[in-house]
This record gives sequence, structure tokens and C-alpha cells, in this order.
Amino acid sequence: MPVIAYPEGRKSWQRRTPRGQIAVWFGWLLAVAFTAFCWRVMTEGTIWAFVWDAPTQAADIGARMIPPRWSYFPTLLKPLWDTLNIATLGTLAAIALSVPVAFLAARNTTPSATFVRPLALFLIVASRSINSIIWALLLVAILGPGVLAGIIAIALRSIGFIGKLLYEAIEEIDESQVEAIRATGASGAQILAYGIVPQIMPAFAGISVFRWDINIRESTVLGLVGAGGIGLNLESSLNTLAWPQVTLILLVILATVVVSEWVSAKVRHAII
Amino acid sequence: MLTIAGLSKRYAKGDKALDDVSLGVPAGQVVGLIGPSGAGKSTLIRCVNRLVEPTSGSIRLGDTEITRLGGAGLRRARRRMGMIFQEYALVERLTVMENVLSGRLGYVGFWRAFLRRFPQADIDRAFAVLDRVGLLDHVDKRADQLSGGQRQRVGIARALVQEPDILLVDEPTASLDPKTSRQIMRLIVEVCAERQLAAIVNIHDVALAQMFVQRIIGLRAGRVVFDGPPEALDTDALTTIYGEEDWSRTIREAHDDAANEAAAQETVRALRAQTKPPTVARAL
Repeated sequence: MPVIAYPEGRKSWQRRTPRGQIAVWFGWLLAVAFTAFCWRVMTEGTIWAFVWDAPTQAADIGARMIPPRWSYFPTLLKPLWDTLNIATLGTLAAIALSVPVAFLAARNTTPSATFVRPLALFLIVASRSINSIIWALLLVAILGPGVLAGIIAIALRSIGFIGKLLYEAIEEIDESQVEAIRATGASGAQILAYGIVPQIMPAFAGISVFRWDINIRESTVLGLVGAGGIGLNLESSLNTLAWPQVTLILLVILATVVVSEWVSAKVRHAII
Repeated sequence: MLTIAGLSKRYAKGDKALDDVSLGVPAGQVVGLIGPSGAGKSTLIRCVNRLVEPTSGSIRLGDTEITRLGGAGLRRARRRMGMIFQEYALVERLTVMENVLSGRLGYVGFWRAFLRRFPQADIDRAFAVLDRVGLLDHVDKRADQLSGGQRQRVGIARALVQEPDILLVDEPTASLDPKTSRQIMRLIVEVCAERQLAAIVNIHDVALAQMFVQRIIGLRAGRVVFDGPPEALDTDALTTIYGEEDWSRTIREAHDDAANEAAAQETVRALRAQTKPPTVARAL
């Protein structure tokens, strides 16, 4: 008990009980011990000669990477366009598929909390648990290399992301607005269109644009496994040790991501 | 118009929210429903339009037995009941016009509503009620840009555009300042008189209720313990409804208010003259 009453009527108060105090100290002790242990595990397998050598190696690669090979830029335009298409089409497909899933998963809109909801939640978790690059690996094996595999990989990964955030937004709506629409004699679909959709629109727009932004970054590496886009050039440049080309590709990716973040920030601002 | 008989509601866990409530509201009568928090006021009006499912009893609106309706029948019955809410319950991100037109949802199909292509007759109705509540200048504003009083006017317009037979009003003034509260109550009472609407108004402010309604029903622990004209609501009646407290000031304030608001009283008295006041006060 944090409040301690003394016989003479004085009362004192502490934040924690003595037992709680000990528990907190013990928790800190464990955290420190665990950190020390992890440090040991981490450093055990390190070959220190390589680490001491690292600055020289980095300087060496750095020197080879500069200056970027600007003449390579026109060759990058087509793969860059592919990359943007992979991200955008993948996001659009994911939006189309995840909206129904989100409504089936949200506790307040699902037709059946015992059957449909667990299924929808499973779809979301399954999609989220596999990284786009792994989806891409599988799809390149199935569909062959190319942009299509990239688009589907991006879409499959994004369904879970958009679905999860959207169903959480649906569960957080103000029910009184829904009640008011229901009270007018509106049908189920009308309640959805008037009571729920307007409330989740800002969240929906924000989530979609945010995921598009993430997908631009993810689609730049999908080429590493053959799923099209600028990653293909990155892979071939790395394999041929064409460091000046690698530098240019990284710069182009950086510029694209900066632009996409700027666009997504603008769009979100405009909608909310 | 509305006849409730033997209405009971028991929630899945906990006590009876309503216990054998019977009352009738004729067309054009505005009833103030008072009682402590948790007495079942909200449950009662939500049972009428079946936002809450009653456990037993009967609710008749005109010739329609509400409690047995389902699906399309229930939706048709809800069209005839306009509801006004405590925190306005407007769809915040839609415009005033869209909010008002949402009162017509029971009459139009999904695609018309979804594409906002309402029949011209509905748009005319919407403009007419917006004019009545004094919001013609705010048609295109988003609901979240309005003040509390303006929002509640939109709420009233949304209920009126349904062309209902009865208004179910849940604490219409709970989030408003005293002056706006009176304006809103006056508006509700006036439109009820104009359109011969019955109304049940849940209200916490006893003085405000006495000032505007024609009949007061007191609810305590789910049972009707008072039913009579506002003048019959004395300290004994208030003690029956709310429990022991010094009620003299509450009631005197009501009289002061009434004196201060002579103009308001005038309007309301004129309106009351148009409808039949209940004759006997029953303290149950």
C-alpha cells in the first residue's frame, strides 16, 4: 500500500509499495545483465582484424564510387518508370483487395464475428508476415521474371498493411453518427456509405498514400530477385563491380524517395 | 399517436433499464422525460425506434406495432420517427446539406444516396427545413465547422426532413450554453406545433423542461413515477423522481426564468393553445 498511516495520525505516500520498489529494481538489474550478455554473444563471432580494417575498405570502395557515372542515367529512366509502376499499380491492387477485407475484419462491420472475422484477420496476418521480397522470389519462380511479379508481390504484402490499419480505423469510429444514420431508416449499405465511410476517409487516404510511399522504396529492391524495376540494374552493377553506376542508382533512388515522400505529405495534408 | 404498453428492457448483464412502462403521446404533444442518470430515459426513446431492442411490451406508432417489425418494415417505421441527439451526432465530415439529406435515406435507393443524386423534391424539402431552422447561409459548410447551436439546428433539420410523425429527442441541450439551449428548445417546440408532431424530449434541466414542454414524465429506475403538466411538478414530485434534495431553488429558478423570458413564454403559450394540454396530473 503506497499510503502508510502512522499511529499518531500522520499519513505518508509513496509512488510504489516496498515490494513494487524491489520488483522495479530487479527489472532494471535483469535489463542490464541481459544487455551485457547480448554484447558478449554479438562480439564472440567477430573477426576483429576485419573490423579494424573497415575504414580502409570503406575508403577504398568510396573512392571507386566517386564520381557517379552520369552517362548511365538515360539507361535508368525505363527501369525507374517500371519501379514507379510496380509501386503504384501494386498499391492500387492492394487497396481494391484490402478494403473489403478490412470491413470483414472490423468488429463493428463484420457480418459474423465467429466465422468471417477470424478468416479476414488470418488473411491480413498472412499477407503481413511475408516480406515483399520473399513474395517476389516466389512469384518470379511462378510467373517468371518481370514487372508483373513485382506488382503482385507489392500488392500481396500491402493488403495486410492497409487492411490492418483500415480495420483499426473502422473500429475507432464514432458510433453515434452511425446510430443517427440508422435512425433515419437507412439500409445497411446506406449506413455504410453515410455513417462509416466519411469517418474513415482521412485514415483511408493517409494509409494508402503512406503505403504507396513505402512501396516505392520496396520496389527499388525487388529487381534484386528479378521482379523488374531499377533493382535489376542495381544487381547487375553490383555483380560487375561497376561502383560508379551503383552510386548513380543509389542517388536516383534517393531522389525518387524524397519526391514520393513530398507528394505523400502534400496529399495527406490536402485530405485531412 | 404513440402508445407504449408494458414496455420492459433488461440488458444482457445488469438491472432492468425499463420496467413495465406504459404511456401514450397524442399528435402535437411535447413530452419532457426527466429522471436521474441511468433511469432509462435514453433506453426508452431508443426502444421506440428500435436502436435498442425491447425485452417485452408493445410500442404502437399509429396503427403500426413497432416491436414486431424487421428489415424493410422497421426501416419504413424509422422514417416516421425523427431523432435528435445529445452530441448532435452529425456526420462531421459531410456538409450541412448532405447531413440534412441523410434524413431522406429511408426514402431513396442506395445508388441515389451514394452518388448524392437525390430527387429534386427531397432537395426542396431540405432547403425548406434549412430555411426553417435558419441555416440557409451554411448549406455548403462542413458540419464540423459549425458552432454547437448551429450543429443542433442541422440535427433538427435532419429529423424534420424525414417528415416524421414523432420526434425522439435525446438531451438536445446537454452540450449547449443556457441561451442556445433555450433557443433550441423553443425551436423544437415550435416546429412540433407547426407540424402537429408528437415529441419525447429527454432532458436533465428541469427548469428548461418546465418552461417549454406541455407534459412531464418522471422516470426513476426504469419506472414511470410522475406524469403530469409542468405546473404539477413540485418539490414532492422532484423528490419522488430524483430523491431527497433541496428543490425549492430549482423550481423558483424556473419561475424567474419564465419571468425573464416573457417573450419566449408568449410564443410557447400561443403554441400550447393550439394543442390539447393534459388535464389531470398523476403522481404515481
